[in-house]
Amino acid sequence: MKSKQASEHDELLEISSGEAEHVYHWHCGHYISRFLLGLRNKKTILGIKCSHCGRVYVPPREVCGRCFKTMDEWVDLGSEGSIYAFTVVKLPYIDPNTGNPIKVPRTDVYVKLDGADTCLMHWLDESDEKKITVGARVRAVFKESRRGTIHDIECFTQI
Amino acid sequence: MGTRTAIVGVGQTHHTSKRKDVNGQELISEAVKRALEDAALSLNDIDAIVIGNMDHFEAINNVDGWSVDGSGAFMKPIMKVTTGGSTGGTLGSCAYYHVASGLFDVVMAIGWEKNSESDTQAAISTCADPIVERDFFGGAIGPNAAEYAMYMKQFGAVQEDAALVAVRDHNNALRNPHAHLRKFITVEDVMKSPVLCWPIKLLDSCPRSDGACAVIYASESRAPKITARSAWVHATAVSHDYVYFGDYDWEMMPTLQATVDRVYQRAGITNPLKDVDVMELYLPFSTCGVVWMDHMRMCGAGEAPKLIRKGVFDMNGELPINPSGGVLSTNPIGATGLIRIAEAALQVMGKAEERQVSDVKTAMATAFGSCYWFEATVLRSAKP
Ligand SMILES: [Zn+2]
Repeated sequence: MKSKQASEHDELLEISSGEAEHVYHWHCGHYISRFLLGLRNKKTILGIKCSHCGRVYVPPREVCGRCFKTMDEWVDLGSEGSIYAFTVVKLPYIDPNTGNPIKVPRTDVYVKLDGADTCLMHWLDESDEKKITVGARVRAVFKESRRGTIHDIECFTQI
Repeated sequence: MGTRTAIVGVGQTHHTSKRKDVNGQELISEAVKRALEDAALSLNDIDAIVIGNMDHFEAINNVDGWSVDGSGAFMKPIMKVTTGGSTGGTLGSCAYYHVASGLFDVVMAIGWEKNSESDTQAAISTCADPIVERDFFGGAIGPNAAEYAMYMKQFGAVQEDAALVAVRDHNNALRNPHAHLRKFITVEDVMKSPVLCWPIKLLDSCPRSDGACAVIYASESRAPKITARSAWVHATAVSHDYVYFGDYDWEMMPTLQATVDRVYQRAGITNPLKDVDVMELYLPFSTCGVVWMDHMRMCGAGEAPKLIRKGVFDMNGELPINPSGGVLSTNPIGATGLIRIAEAALQVMGKAEERQVSDVKTAMATAFGSCYWFEATVLRSAKP
């Protein structure tokens, strides 16, 4: 009797949160909206220049953190640059936005666009690390049908 | 510098991959009881509590209130701080600020995490901007993997250099009864382990752990009455730079360099290799144990592999790093930075048992997280 009670009380439970998705609606503001509209409407990547320190930021934002100055000088960065750094992701971790495992292998690339001082993060269409070089030239590949998101760029490709 | 402050007691759980036998509050209370026991104090002696974790792992956002039974904060001032991976370092800094301000005499910092309650990579991905960067972030591993890809290209370092760091930390953990992973490994084991985000492999990477840690800070009027073996806080520093991961300067990480420069300057450290006896560093990946040695001014740019191959940072080397086994062996994320401080304090107090480095007068701890936040603390046996 005693041992049966003990085993009843020894069971350790785990409660799952359930299947429901909790959807967020993120506000882009003037700067990111204009950046995304540039991708959608003109297939151009826009950066913004700090008139105080001269740094060109992409994605554009209101304030240069270094100078704490408001920026308003928009720069068209074109669609070419070079690979600053990259990784080939092989672990199919859960995408927090979908709840599903990501598709692997997938190459995440940090692109230093010509004329920018910061990098744009995106995907590269090559997943063999031996065929990817830090410093290699790359170009953005735009989708035919664009919705005003960062995925209006399909990926970057080595040129 | 405010009121002189010392660490007078530390407690931590035996960290492991999944603690289904306790809920969050119970995990927290385990560390709290051990810290109180270590300092021979009762909860009545604690004036205030600072607690933290990464709340998206457990999806509980009012941890300060929710944890009161476990933390012992019933009717006491408690505040939550959370700064991503560096939360534990920030907890130590905040407990120190409380005491150094002169408003509180004895303050407890508590860091905890139940990493096993959700998907770690998914939860961490939420620290990247959701509109322009999250889909390209690669979880926690991505940016550090990219950093090492770049370092290898720039300086000719190889994956085996990082593997040596993995071997050092994993094998140090064999001497730490609290460590989560305690398994002897070789460079070959690391090189053969599965690739997570190239060039980072499974054994180059921190685990996800359940665990908690508590550290008690006391003012100079109280500390000597609590213990004869205190770890005095000589310097803390923190820096943070950007919003976007793409903004980040990997050629010489400005936040790490600024943080260590500040504590070196405040603590009078001119040559870290000679002036510090042991370090507990927040190295989430073995690759960081290569690249960041340059940024911490242990050597010139690109020279870290040379020091690592010589064993400078091994237990019997000039500057032992991570006698506890570090983050590669134990990683309950909200506690991880505080464990670094706790382990550095144990070294200074001479209470690190089998993992004790001999004759430690100065120890340093760091924490790392978010985009890209660094914390550092310098502890000494001598009062500042
Ligand atoms: Zn500026």
